[in-house]
Amino acid sequence: MSTSTAHSVVEPSRLTRTVAGTLVIVYALVTMVPLAWIFLTGFKTPPDSISYPPKVVFEPSLEGYVNLFTTRTRQTPEYMESLPPPQTWYEELVRSRQMVIAGPSKFGERFLNSVIIGFGSTFLSVFLGTLAAYAFSRFRVPLADDLLFFILSTRMMPPIAVAIPIFLMYRTLGLSDTHLGMIILYTAVNVSLSVWLLKGFVDEIPREYEEAALIDGYTRLQAFVKVVLPQMSTGIAATAIFCLIFAWNEYAFALLLTSGTAQTAPPFIPTIIGEGGLDWPAIGAGVTLFLLPVLVFTILLRKHLLRGITFGAVRK
Amino acid sequence: MAEIRVEALRKNFGDFTAVKNSDFTVADGEFFVMLGPSGCGKTTTLRMIAGLELPTSGRIFLGGEDVTFNRASHRDIAFVFQLFALYPHMNVRRNMAFPLICQGMPRQEIRTRVDETARLLRIDHILDRPVSGLAGGDRQRVALGRAIVRRPKAFMMDEPLGTLDSEFRDLMVRELRELHNSIGATTVYVTHDQVEAMAMADKIAVMNHGVIEQFGHPQEIYDRPATMFVADFIGSPPMNFLNVEGGHAAGDARVRLSGVEVAIPELREEVEAGALVVGMRPEHVRFDDASALRGEVIGAEYLGTTQIVTLLLGTARLKARVAADVPVREGESVGLTFDTARLSLFDRSSGRALASARDDAGAVLRNGTGG
Repeated sequence: MSTSTAHSVVEPSRLTRTVAGTLVIVYALVTMVPLAWIFLTGFKTPPDSISYPPKVVFEPSLEGYVNLFTTRTRQTPEYMESLPPPQTWYEELVRSRQMVIAGPSKFGERFLNSVIIGFGSTFLSVFLGTLAAYAFSRFRVPLADDLLFFILSTRMMPPIAVAIPIFLMYRTLGLSDTHLGMIILYTAVNVSLSVWLLKGFVDEIPREYEEAALIDGYTRLQAFVKVVLPQMSTGIAATAIFCLIFAWNEYAFALLLTSGTAQTAPPFIPTIIGEGGLDWPAIGAGVTLFLLPVLVFTILLRKHLLRGITFGAVRK
Repeated sequence: MAEIRVEALRKNFGDFTAVKNSDFTVADGEFFVMLGPSGCGKTTTLRMIAGLELPTSGRIFLGGEDVTFNRASHRDIAFVFQLFALYPHMNVRRNMAFPLICQGMPRQEIRTRVDETARLLRIDHILDRPVSGLAGGDRQRVALGRAIVRRPKAFMMDEPLGTLDSEFRDLMVRELRELHNSIGATTVYVTHDQVEAMAMADKIAVMNHGVIEQFGHPQEIYDRPATMFVADFIGSPPMNFLNVEGGHAAGDARVRLSGVEVAIPELREEVEAGALVVGMRPEHVRFDDASALRGEVIGAEYLGTTQIVTLLLGTARLKARVAADVPVREGESVGLTFDTARLSLFDRSSGRALASARDDAGAVLRNGTGG
């Protein structure tokens, strides 16, 4: 075998690899820069965050994070003098700005709302999607093709097109600004994706496994839980990530339908106002924290996600 | 262990009839093979016995009990699938224990049973391995193990050797038959491979288009095919068919082939003009220079101990199996004789075998004296 002239037909050449590598790096940079900027903004002081030209090197501060979690009031120097010395580092930080902490901000609540609504609707979408996908894949469902098309058709328009009818409907039903309402709404949007994605996964699992379990003495439900479900785990993980990302990031409906009790983080973060305008460091901090759960979730399920996306491309 | 009886079993899928009025009985402890080309209804029949499909009509009895509409899980039948269907998320031991766990058997007993079965199948060394890395033969044994470990009333096997390479298949054919001899469980085995069927079966049912064409011992099916389909499907190369001109009456014992009179087993029924077909196995064609019936050699396949010589007889092609050392040259004209007692006679329009003097000697043939 000569190594100098022979090159593989499938292996890309050195040049191709260099070009491809460069493109990937450039693309990664383009997508990473805004994220990095937000992350850095979270650690700037308010003056640094709006300075021109923008500062790349700056002295890090946790002011953004403190502002994110607290509400503060400006006080007269006399009042500040009369206060006992600050107990904690964040009190000290706030007082250096001639302010005192009046109480916690609403960010914690809003973040918790996002968690409840995001994970709740993801669980429900995947749960319903799994059952529906299994039924469509395994049983003779009357009008199965029409039903599947109907389910898919809910994706054919931008959801915001029905924002006003949904707004009116929710107001009448008393679902506006409730956790349940938002979970139902996000589930309704995600369930079509979930059914279609998962049906593909169930179709790939040979029926023989369930039949073997049925013959081994198990009921269909037991066969489903013990044999089908473990093999669907990849698909379920991939689907869950897609559903969570949608529900977690959704902005328009959250803005329209929630204002208080059930408001999620996305409509809340841009409204964080500091003195004389938006509090950019607090927004940067909020966005950074907001990105973490999806990041962790995706990293945890990364292996499944990769396998999930390429699943069925090559017959095993 | 149980007898399996199938009565007037029928299965329609929409307009398509997969199985038409099948009737057969598999005796307790018998190794029964359903043989036929793909799409002939053999797998559907098997799945109905196992309870994976419900019949459109008809009855299925297992050990005398009517199980036609029982759930698969209530039939106490084990099934070995073509692709084995080993649960990929469990290791070998868990796979084999799976049916026992369902029965609520104590853990210690499950362990003993699985170990015992694994030793029987010589897979005790791979019990803790994941099934995904196993070789075809080992997968096969694990699938068998999962079936045997339960000690069910009957085994259903759907082309279990279909995916193995030929060398391994021969080995597994022997092992399966030995296993059957040692545990003696009623077995229904589906295959399209006649060699497997012949090598393993106590009884064979040859199926075509949803109909059982013939049900009998392997020798019977080979020597006395009930239809032209069976004669053509069984044997490699298959039976030769020669059309005979003119009508024939009961009692005729001679026909004209390529203008030469040839003896046949005496007909016991009348045949319409042009409907008589004489069938002969390649090994029942002999070369005889003195014969007036001449065929032209157009090819030969050397097989080691024998060779298959293709001959042109008038316009018909004929294959003969002769000893490998018989010299043949292409284009050569050779004299042919047939083993008269072993000729089969068919009605071309219906395809069924005609009654002849061979039926009188049927019992003798079944005992294998002619072999």
